[in-house]
Amino acid sequence: MLIPHPLLGPRDSSEFSYLGDASLLDRPDGMAADAAARFHEYVHLRDNPAGVHRELWFHEQGDRSWLVVTRNTLTHEILGAELASDVKKGGAA
Amino acid sequence: MRYSGLRVIKEALTGHKGWKPIWRNPDPQPAYDYVIVGGGGHGLATAYYLANTFRKARIAVLEKGWLGSGNIGRNTTIIRSNYLLPGNEPFYEFSMKLWEGLEQEFNFNAMVSQRGILNLLHTDAQRDAYRRRGNAMRLAGADAELLDQAGVRAMYPWLNFDNARFPIKGGLMQRRAGTARHDGVAWGYARGADRAGVDLIQNCEVTGMRIENGRLRGLETSRGYIAAGKVGVAVAGSTGRVMAMAGMRMPIESHVLQAFVSEGLKPTIDGVITFGAGHFYVSQSDKGGLVFGGDIDGYNSYAQRGNMAVVEDVAQGGMALMPMIGRARLLRIWGGIMDMSMDGSPIIDKTPVEGLYLNAGWCYGGFKATPASGYAFAHLLATDTPHETARFLRLDRFERGYPIDEKGMGATPNLH
Repeated sequence: MLIPHPLLGPRDSSEFSYLGDASLLDRPDGMAADAAARFHEYVHLRDNPAGVHRELWFHEQGDRSWLVVTRNTLTHEILGAELASDVKKGGAA
Repeated sequence: MRYSGLRVIKEALTGHKGWKPIWRNPDPQPAYDYVIVGGGGHGLATAYYLANTFRKARIAVLEKGWLGSGNIGRNTTIIRSNYLLPGNEPFYEFSMKLWEGLEQEFNFNAMVSQRGILNLLHTDAQRDAYRRRGNAMRLAGADAELLDQAGVRAMYPWLNFDNARFPIKGGLMQRRAGTARHDGVAWGYARGADRAGVDLIQNCEVTGMRIENGRLRGLETSRGYIAAGKVGVAVAGSTGRVMAMAGMRMPIESHVLQAFVSEGLKPTIDGVITFGAGHFYVSQSDKGGLVFGGDIDGYNSYAQRGNMAVVEDVAQGGMALMPMIGRARLLRIWGGIMDMSMDGSPIIDKTPVEGLYLNAGWCYGGFKATPASGYAFAHLLATDTPHETARFLRLDRFERGYPIDEKGMGATPNLH
């Protein structure tokens, strides 16, 4: 799989390590009253879709940036990639 | 029809005209007491034990494709019970004991071959860990034996003992482990279930669940609505998709694991060898092909095929361990979809929806568990209490803080 890095162009996926669903960017508030339940959902539960999936890849053997890659889990087709820092600033994961 | 040596001789002498299809192909009835979703190894074993051991009832297995078309037909056929943790080891040893009596019990040749599994070790720390694991296995009634380098050399003199990075210093041996004919296991359970009156319904995909006031009433399927007293879901690989119909999110990610078979070679490898440090394991099939694999690809996938990086990684692991295979040609590569749970261990439990039961999260270790998984799931469905060997395999263990984390990786499903 080639990941279209927004700064470096197409890079082989073997340069990256994989974390998982991009919703991991939205870390719950540890001080909230229902923090235990929300952290259980955050750490353990996944949508795990068959189809389009937004997910976090770390360019470990490159510029060490985190990307949000949009990819089809049924075909491995990569539909796009953004810098995770941009996604985070935009507020939507 | 009961299979026996006598029967084979009789059929040989009479032109093989007496062999019949070994299961019916019934249409679905409007209602069943028990419906098992998933006609793979675990689903068929569940139906078999439910019909034979626990109670006579109207039982159906729904399969969206053909029987045994998922991971039971795509694995590398290894059976073993070499686990460490008390939540796992008694369960897998129960499975090993069921394997040992399986063919006599369901009167089908599953080619169970106890040829032994050897986990190689390379360091003092690994030896300590394997000694601990071996002791844990023996405490649970399994067999385990720690071999030194000479012991490994006597069995497999052609291994690369002097690899600069991972010199082989010994191994943990389980002699009762081995391999089984994966399709034969599915067919044997299917035949046994069918003979006990279970309806095995193929090409019947579940498309929705009818839930009223927190209770499951029945299933919408591609072949119409089927009412059900209790429903057991055993669809590893697709657990997230099916359980989403009940509005549940699972502690599971689906990942692809690749497997490989070489061209047929002369008999070389008696048993199963695992080279964990090099992400490689291998056995040799009765046809002579080397059957081997390594790690999962590491990203969510439902594609049943993987990428080149892992092919290279596995090939490098194989070359590091046994350089003699360098000129063997690869015959086939394929991928299967693994239910990677958050702690690397499976789930056999009730769900918050009354009447809906779950068997899932087998990671890449589901094949060896097939008999015990079916037995324990049938026990749960029939009695509403967990089988004693499966009582730690709970769905809510993550929330309660009791994961069964063999590798100590935490909630990182692509590393288990």
